[in-house]
Amino acid sequence: MLVYLLRRLGQSLFVVAAMAVLVFVGVYAIGNPIDIMISPDAGQAEMEAAIARLGLDKPMWEQFFIFIQNALQGDLGRSFVYSTDALGLILSKLPATLELAFLALLFAVFLGVPLGMIAGLKPNSIAGKTIMAGSIMGFSLPNFWQGMMLILLFAVIFKVLPSGGRGDTVQVFGVGLSFLTLDGLSHMLLPAVNLALFKTSLVIRLARAGTREASLQDYVKFARAKGLAPRRIVLVHILKNILIPVVTVLGLELGNMIAFAVVTETVFAWPGMGKLLIDSIQLLDRPVVVAYLMLTVIMFIIINLAVDMLYCVLDPRVRLSEARA
Amino acid sequence: MTDALKVAATRAPLQRLSWRAGPSARFAAEFAASPVAVAALALALTLALLAIFANFITPQNPYDLAQLDIMEGMHPPGASNFDGSKTYHLGTDQQGRDMLSAIVFGLRMSLGVGALSTVIALTLGMSVGVLAAYFGGKVDAAIMRVVDLQLSFPAILVALILLAVLGKGVDKVIIALIIVQWAYYARTVRGTALVERRKEYIEAAACLALSHRRIVFRHLLPNCLPPLIVVATVQVANAIALEATLSFLGVGVPITEPSLGLLIANGYDYMLSGKYWISFFPGVALLVTIVAINLVGDQLRDILNPRLKR
Repeated sequence: MLVYLLRRLGQSLFVVAAMAVLVFVGVYAIGNPIDIMISPDAGQAEMEAAIARLGLDKPMWEQFFIFIQNALQGDLGRSFVYSTDALGLILSKLPATLELAFLALLFAVFLGVPLGMIAGLKPNSIAGKTIMAGSIMGFSLPNFWQGMMLILLFAVIFKVLPSGGRGDTVQVFGVGLSFLTLDGLSHMLLPAVNLALFKTSLVIRLARAGTREASLQDYVKFARAKGLAPRRIVLVHILKNILIPVVTVLGLELGNMIAFAVVTETVFAWPGMGKLLIDSIQLLDRPVVVAYLMLTVIMFIIINLAVDMLYCVLDPRVRLSEARA
Repeated sequence: MTDALKVAATRAPLQRLSWRAGPSARFAAEFAASPVAVAALALALTLALLAIFANFITPQNPYDLAQLDIMEGMHPPGASNFDGSKTYHLGTDQQGRDMLSAIVFGLRMSLGVGALSTVIALTLGMSVGVLAAYFGGKVDAAIMRVVDLQLSFPAILVALILLAVLGKGVDKVIIALIIVQWAYYARTVRGTALVERRKEYIEAAACLALSHRRIVFRHLLPNCLPPLIVVATVQVANAIALEATLSFLGVGVPITEPSLGLLIANGYDYMLSGKYWISFFPGVALLVTIVAINLVGDQLRDILNPRLKR
């Protein structure tokens, strides 16, 4: 187990190092941020001063060396545009993204599980078929277009919900949160639905397959033979057992949601990490792009490592095959 | 019970076909068993034909600036132009482009990028995967480690990293889509090839002292194709959706050659003032394309999955 952990850690470090080289070289090789950031009528002296201030006059390998040195100390550079610490800038946008992802996750569970169970209990009924057709649509609808159509429907035509932004926030431990105010909640609703739709379709499929399988199991037959109410069988015996795969998959999908939030945040002008990334790519704000990509890669590596470790602990078969490898 | 009988009744002619006709006729007959899938295939083929012959069928060439008139901009669907000689069935965008023409050209871009990247990624992933399975050992371990690693990141994140690194452009989008997709094919083909490798015909080929190349590409690979075809069909739809998303985010195709995703993005600013058609119709076209391809893929999966064979 320890050997496995060490080997995986070594691998993860290698991936981070490879990503650092790729992202740095790639991102720093494109465009010239000076063109965007300094007005064209600035004098030569001013231009050179700005280039020196941003450290862009040094050769690329030296810039990379400085970048690595600083990164190891937790400093991923300063944003060209906001002139603040890039990592801090991204982390300041993190609560908005997490808030959205969690609300979307709640939607996915509380809509997906009941709908999936209905479809699983009555697969040939009209309701069951409609739910499954809906979930196929949920998989096929392009996420960003679906978000725009939500805006068109609820903000432009019916004028009941705002089209973008974050609304009022409440400061909790110095972090602004939207879901504690009514205005904030109304701003969150459409983006959360947009982000949740794909996951809801996934949960519906999982819950349906689980319900169909569990309904045939002996413990359900036994519960029925005992004369328990169908309601109790469904809500206690079946529900508990289908939750295991649903929870596993959703835990894995949380990271995915943060990556997909890039799209939702761009559509709804939600001031989170994803929108920051897209804006930074357009503005050639290299330190922010590099810091975001590094941060996300590290986050995914940690998630994957944790999941693998968990499987290793929970499933003896995985442990054995790894010990042999 | 009655269901089972009905199924048996519809399958009976299929089974008679199965030993008289060749495998492709049997395949076609099985595919035709689902009218939805046939309709979806017809729709997908129609869309492909529209895309290929875009130059000849659209009322306007949306790339030809000489044909555009900014005074004709923002017409709602069904409006006519100034002298009433043309009707814009789906409206016009801010530059006076006929939306119908723009959608057909956008469809060409989307389908072209999706299909081309899938074909290249399929070739690449297939070769790598089958080699990994055939040679095994360290080659296999190294290749599959890279595949596992890449598949542990969401496709959109990998594509965003690549495009942040490569920059904008049609060729860059295609490269990004190839890199995102190859791992799926490598993993799929490796799984099948590991099973096929142990079968007698490979042993027989090895006994004939055929070259590795011949065994891998003439004997092993053709027998690994069925699951790959399913994955490739679904992946074309995924690639189209991913390209549209990237273009929408402004890191995909350039503004001079809009795909469906970029057309939708162009309409974003006008949607809030109620001018829905610039975003709505390209989105419908995108949705129809993706659903049609997915339905074809679903049916192919049902036919080619040996576990569902009766």
